Amino acid sequence: MSSESAIDVHGLSKSFGDKHVVNDLNLQVGKGEIFGFLGPNGSGKTTVIRMLCGLLTPDAGSGTCLGFDVLSQSAEIKKQVGYMTQRFSFYEDLSIRENLDFVARLYDMPNRKQTVQAGMEDLGLMDRADQLAGTLSGGWKQRLALAACMLHRPRLLLLDEPTAGVDPKARRDFWDEIHRLAEQGISVLVSTHYMDEAARCHRLAYIAYGHLLASGTPEALIAQSGLASFSVKDNSSALAERLRKLPGVQQVVAMGNVYSVSGQDGELIKAGLAGLPDVQFERTDTGLEQVFIQLMENVQDAAP
Amino acid sequence: MKSPLAWHRLWAIVLKEFVQMRRDRITFAMMVGIPVMQLILFGFAINTDPKRLPTVVFNASPSAYTRSFVASMENSGYFDVLTSPATVAKAREAMAIGDVQFIVSIPPDFSRQLVRGEKPALLLEADASDPAATGNAISALNSLNQSALQHDLKGLLATLGTPPPPFEIRVQRNYNPEGITQYNIVPGLMGTILTMTLIMMTGMAITRELERGTMENLLAFPVHPLEVMIGKILPYIMVGYIQVAVILIAAYFLFSVPIVGSLTLLLACVLIFLAANLTVGMMFSTIAKSQLQAMQMTFFFFLPSLLLSGFMFPFRGMPVWAQFIGEGLPLTHFLRIVRGIMLKGNGWTETWPNVWPMLVFMVVVMLIGFKRYRKTLD
Repeated sequence: MSSESAIDVHGLSKSFGDKHVVNDLNLQVGKGEIFGFLGPNGSGKTTVIRMLCGLLTPDAGSGTCLGFDVLSQSAEIKKQVGYMTQRFSFYEDLSIRENLDFVARLYDMPNRKQTVQAGMEDLGLMDRADQLAGTLSGGWKQRLALAACMLHRPRLLLLDEPTAGVDPKARRDFWDEIHRLAEQGISVLVSTHYMDEAARCHRLAYIAYGHLLASGTPEALIAQSGLASFSVKDNSSALAERLRKLPGVQQVVAMGNVYSVSGQDGELIKAGLAGLPDVQFERTDTGLEQVFIQLMENVQDAAP
Repeated sequence: MKSPLAWHRLWAIVLKEFVQMRRDRITFAMMVGIPVMQLILFGFAINTDPKRLPTVVFNASPSAYTRSFVASMENSGYFDVLTSPATVAKAREAMAIGDVQFIVSIPPDFSRQLVRGEKPALLLEADASDPAATGNAISALNSLNQSALQHDLKGLLATLGTPPPPFEIRVQRNYNPEGITQYNIVPGLMGTILTMTLIMMTGMAITRELERGTMENLLAFPVHPLEVMIGKILPYIMVGYIQVAVILIAAYFLFSVPIVGSLTLLLACVLIFLAANLTVGMMFSTIAKSQLQAMQMTFFFFLPSLLLSGFMFPFRGMPVWAQFIGEGLPLTHFLRIVRGIMLKGNGWTETWPNVWPMLVFMVVVMLIGFKRYRKTLD
C-alpha cells in the first residue's frame, strides 16, 4: 500500500450510454495535498469524484484511493473518505445536530455527543444547532455539509464545488479551514469554478470533455501556457474591438477601465499596442483564468 | 472481515426515520387517522345483506290472501312496498332509473285460481343488474309462498297449503349466526387498510431520498443496502401496530366484533403481514424513480389485493386462475387468519397454513428489492 499518494488512478473511463463522460484519466493526489479540479460545466468532474468514492463504477481503469482499490474496495474507501456533494444532500427536515448525529451513528463514532458538539463548534454551527437544515441559507448549508463530511475524521476529502453560491467571506473561511486540514495531513480533492480558489490549491488539474488537459502547480500551469499579458488603459469604449484585431492577441477582457490583453506571442502584441495612439500599457502577470480560457479554446478548436 | 450488517448503522437509519416521521405531522396523522375514518365509514356503511328494498305491488286481485302475502313480504324486512308509481309502465321507468328494485304483479284472477287450487302465478320483476343486492330478497320471497298463507288457508282450503316436506334441513350458521356483515368486514378492513397505507408509506421511503438528492449522500456512507431497507421498515412496523391497535379497539367497542381466539397469536401474525407489505413497498421504492410512480405502483398492487383476496367478493366464487393469483397475495392469507382467529377462535395449527405463504412472499419480494437496490448511482 502506497502511503504517499492519497489518490492514484490510471486510465479511468466512464460513459453513460454512448456519451463518454470521462476518458482515460490519470490522477495523482499526494498526502496532505490540496488538489484543485477545474473544468467547464459538464466536463466530468463530478463523475470522476463519484468514481473515486465508489458511487459510480468505472468502465475501465484502475488505481487506488487511500491505498484501497477503487474497483473492489469501495466499502473501505467510503469509511475513510469524506464526500461533499455538489447539491446539498443532507436531510432538510432534520436539524443540524440531528444530521450530524445521524452521520456520527453511521460511522459508529466513539463519544458521539462530544464529536458532534466539537464538529459544530469547529465550524461555528452552535448557534443554529437545533435549526432545521432546510431553513439554513446556502453558506450555512455548506458549513453543515463540511462539518458532516469531516465528522469521522476522513483521510481524504472529496469536495464537489463546495463553495458554489457562497459569499466571499464564507468562502475564505472555508478555504482557511481546508488549509488547516491539509496541514494536519488530510488530502483534499476539490472541484471549483473560482480562480481565486484555484490559486489556493497546491496543484491543479484541468479537464474538459472528460480529458485531462493540463495539470501541475498553478505557477507551472501559467508558465506552460506561454501566455504574455498586458494591461491596457484607455477611455475609448471602442478600444476592445481594436485590441481584438491586433496581431497575436488571443484574449481581451474588459475590467472596468482597464483591458487585459493576452496572447502567446508577447513581442508581437507589444508591437501592436505600441502602434495604437493614446494608449498606455504595461506587462502584467498572466492569471489562471487566462490559462484556462486558453486551454478551453484550444480544445474547442481541436474538436471536430 | 466483519459482518456487513451493523446495529449502529441500522439504528442510525431507524432513528432518522422516526425524526422525519415526527416532523411530517400530516402524514403521521393520516397514518393513524385513516384507519379510524375508514373503519367507521366502511364498517357502518358496507352491508352485504341489503333490506327494505323499494318495491311496487300491482295487486289486480285484492283479497285477504293477496293482502296477507304482501304483508308478509313487508314483514320479511327485504321489501319496502311503495304506494307510487301508479302504473306498471311508470314503475318500469322507475326501475330503469333505479328508484324501484322490485315490481310485483298479481294477476286479476289470482285469488279465484288460488282458491280453486289452480296454482296461479304472480310475477316478480327484479332489477337484477346487481345480483348481490337482489339475491337475498328473492330467496326470501321464494320461501314466502310456502309460509305466507298458512293462516289464511284453513279448513277445506288447508289442502292448498304446502304439504310438509319429507325431511327437514336444520341450518346452523357457525361463527356468525346472525350473519352480521361487520363481523366479516371489520377484520377484513384491518388487512386492507394496512396494505394500502403501509405499502404507500414505504414505497415512498427510498424514492423520497432519490427525489430530495439525499440518496447520493446515503450511498457515499459506508452503509449496507439491507441496513437501509430494514432500518426504513422497522419504524413502519410500529406505525402498523398503532393502526392495528386502533382498529382492534374500534372493532371490539364500536362494532362488538368478538375476538374469540388468542390476541397474542393475532398480533404475531400481524407482524408477519406487516413485514410482507412493507417489503412490497420497499421493493416498489427501489424500482420507482419518483414518489408519484411509487404511488401508482401501490395502487397497481392494492386493487388486486382488494378484489381478489376475498375481502370484497367470496374467494371461492372466483375461477381457479384468479384464486391462484389471490393465493399469492398476502392479504388473502391475512384475511383468513384474522377472521379465523377473531371469529372462529383458530389456534396456531389452523393458522399456520396461511402464515407460511406470507413468509415465502416476503422473502421473495425482499430478495427482489435487495437486488434492485442501487448501491451506486449508475
